[in-house]
Amino acid sequence: MTLKRLSIALAGNPNSGKTTIFNNLTGTRQKVGNWPGVTVEKKEGTIKQSGYELKIIDLPGTYSLTPFSIEEIVARDYILEERPDVVIDIIDASNLERSLYLATQLREIDCKVLFALNMADVARGRGVKIDAAKLSELLAVPVVFTIGNKNKGMETLLEKAIALAESDSAAPQKRKVKYSKDIEDAISKIEKIIGNHDAGTIPYNIRWTAIKLLEDDKIVKKRVLEKTVNIGEKILKEIDHQRNFLIDRFDDDPEIVMTDERYGFIAGIIMEVLTTSTKQRVDISRNIDLVLTNRFIGFPIFIFFIWAMFQLTFTLGTYPMNWIESGIKLLSSVLAHGLPNNIFKDFLIQGVIAGVGSVIIFLPNILILFFCIALFEDTGYMARAAFLMDKIMHLIGLHGKSFIPMLMGFGCNVPAIMASRTLESEKDRTLTILITPFMSCSARLPVYIILAGAFFGARAGTVIFGIYLLGIVLSIITGRLFRSTLLRGADAPFVMELPPYRIPMIKSLLIHMWDRSKIFLRKMGGYILIGSIVVWTLAAFPRHISYSKDYASEIEQVKRSYQVEIPAARDSEKSVIKQKMDLAVSRLIRSKAAEKAEKSYMGRIGKVIEPVFAPIGIDWRGSVALLTGFVAKEIVVSTMGILYAADEKKDSKALENALVSSGMTPLAALAMMVFVLLYMPCLATLAAIRRETSSLKWMIFSISYSTMLAWIMAFLVYQGGNMIGA
Amino acid sequence: MLLSEMKAKQTATVVRVGGNGALRRRILEMGILKGTRIYVEKYAPLKDPVELIVKGYHISLRVEEAAQITVEL
Repeated sequence: MTLKRLSIALAGNPNSGKTTIFNNLTGTRQKVGNWPGVTVEKKEGTIKQSGYELKIIDLPGTYSLTPFSIEEIVARDYILEERPDVVIDIIDASNLERSLYLATQLREIDCKVLFALNMADVARGRGVKIDAAKLSELLAVPVVFTIGNKNKGMETLLEKAIALAESDSAAPQKRKVKYSKDIEDAISKIEKIIGNHDAGTIPYNIRWTAIKLLEDDKIVKKRVLEKTVNIGEKILKEIDHQRNFLIDRFDDDPEIVMTDERYGFIAGIIMEVLTTSTKQRVDISRNIDLVLTNRFIGFPIFIFFIWAMFQLTFTLGTYPMNWIESGIKLLSSVLAHGLPNNIFKDFLIQGVIAGVGSVIIFLPNILILFFCIALFEDTGYMARAAFLMDKIMHLIGLHGKSFIPMLMGFGCNVPAIMASRTLESEKDRTLTILITPFMSCSARLPVYIILAGAFFGARAGTVIFGIYLLGIVLSIITGRLFRSTLLRGADAPFVMELPPYRIPMIKSLLIHMWDRSKIFLRKMGGYILIGSIVVWTLAAFPRHISYSKDYASEIEQVKRSYQVEIPAARDSEKSVIKQKMDLAVSRLIRSKAAEKAEKSYMGRIGKVIEPVFAPIGIDWRGSVALLTGFVAKEIVVSTMGILYAADEKKDSKALENALVSSGMTPLAALAMMVFVLLYMPCLATLAAIRRETSSLKWMIFSISYSTMLAWIMAFLVYQGGNMIGA
Repeated sequence: MLLSEMKAKQTATVVRVGGNGALRRRILEMGILKGTRIYVEKYAPLKDPVELIVKGYHISLRVEEAAQITVEL
């Protein structure tokens, strides 16, 4: 027997506990994707309940259904076009008045609505009591009490939703907002025209459509005109007529008057259902904020949190990183012994495992970083960070919320660019996306560590810090530049709720963290794997190279000469001489590998592009490494490892030594670090840019701008440094 | 007076919400309407934005946005 299917959409204000309820209902059976055509995250999950198969859709959190932000358009379109069987409006009980604004709009849109009155326990603690029966009666909507973070009321919620979906009656027409007489007259006049014509039908509720037309809702207007070609002119004329009449009558736009009247209607409901006790309420959240957004210690605490996050990410992350590293080494050596010597073995060990391994090693970092960010978000601290930072971000022409994606950029640019979705204005979003790659991601860090470690010794930390700082400074300059040229225009309004602090739920933190880490893992499965294979192929072919000398026989010769020497030596010296022999042999093996790399396709490409990099102090080996870094910046290190013929069996010091002995100067190393910081984002980031801006143009622009800036900055560092004789 | 001229911990009633279309409508939709009581909780450490309590919840506006709202103490 097939189960009957029902679709249930969850609507509600941001911070109403909607995501928690969605997580409770669907558990781990979630599918995270995108709403078609836009970059808003779409979450859905299918569950079985009382003989039904329920598809639960998490609509974006919105305060209203006016089409100002993508989130609102997406939520509204889903309800209008997909017609879910039931819409559950999740209402934060301690925020009833504002929550009812969305609720009244849902009632108008003519779908079956059910209220989940969430966190009434918190509201009661704050001295707010809600008469649910009365609320249900006044709006003709069933009401269920839920406590999302204690997983209470979920069964009842689903049962009521099913009952509502199965009830024959359509959504009740009464109990909607009633506007003042002039507006009601205008609505019915427009209703009469659009409801009574012979040119196709309007697929939405007629009253709702009339209201939207009166509010001058561009999207609804366009759709109505598409459906009613014959009388389009007539409709437009009537709308204009009615709007002008109302503007004249109220001395304000109808949409403003109607917003006002909706709140008036809500105020009436509030009077009847809400009782606030006189008990002095203890507002813990406010007390926390007295400290966290304090004039004097707000910023120091903020900086401490960010510092702690990075400490956790990079120090705590080192332990699992080491385990993964050993695991990869073990796997490679098992395969190295177990497989026959052929090209497939090389491909598997040096191409696939080494390539993917060099990236998977960052998984612990990424997990911890995203856990911290989820913690900031779920506790409500993220909004405070935006509150603190807005003044500074505003100087670059950005919103305080832009700080969040830029901060995440230090972890990995890919999810950071995805995080820019929280920005409402498209210009803000584009600008944030363009400057986020200058936030030095964790994949670039290994490159700095190697270069700074090799050339700056004890000052390595300071140099790396300087590189990070340079990225920030250049992002500010770029932001200001683009704001006044390419992306001119008014900033988006900074109207942001500061939700009460909440104790986060471990489950939701983990789901949050995992969702984002999955993106990172997918990047590895796709781009990095392909990239590693390409790089390996370029390095491994052509298979047969005419070497400048016969390495095999030279090695033999060395061995032979030592074999004569060892028996002749005294016992105490034997091991020393043996070591000398091993050293000489491994040196030869490494120079063979280096020569092989030089004569491979990759080496040849490096030689061709060398003139471009010569002015910034980078030789052909560095050029090749940078080219391969296009796949993922951390690959720069492994490519350098091969090209500089570092002894792979030893630790990273080997590569540092090889770099120093190759004749690279500290200045060239610095120029290379600057270049790595700034040059074109990695493949996965570019894919994210392409997706999030939905434009190939911005992606290409990002490539050209960043690479040009990188070259110019590296040139200034290298040539400038040479001039002042550093 | 303007909302942006208020000091922290003052309470006032909204007289008029001005400003351009989208911003104005957004402010109204968040429940800041003519007649609404507003409490100025605090200004951010850098004096911008400002945190308000409206209808029992906390909301922040930039000072330049708050300057669009006329209030009466």
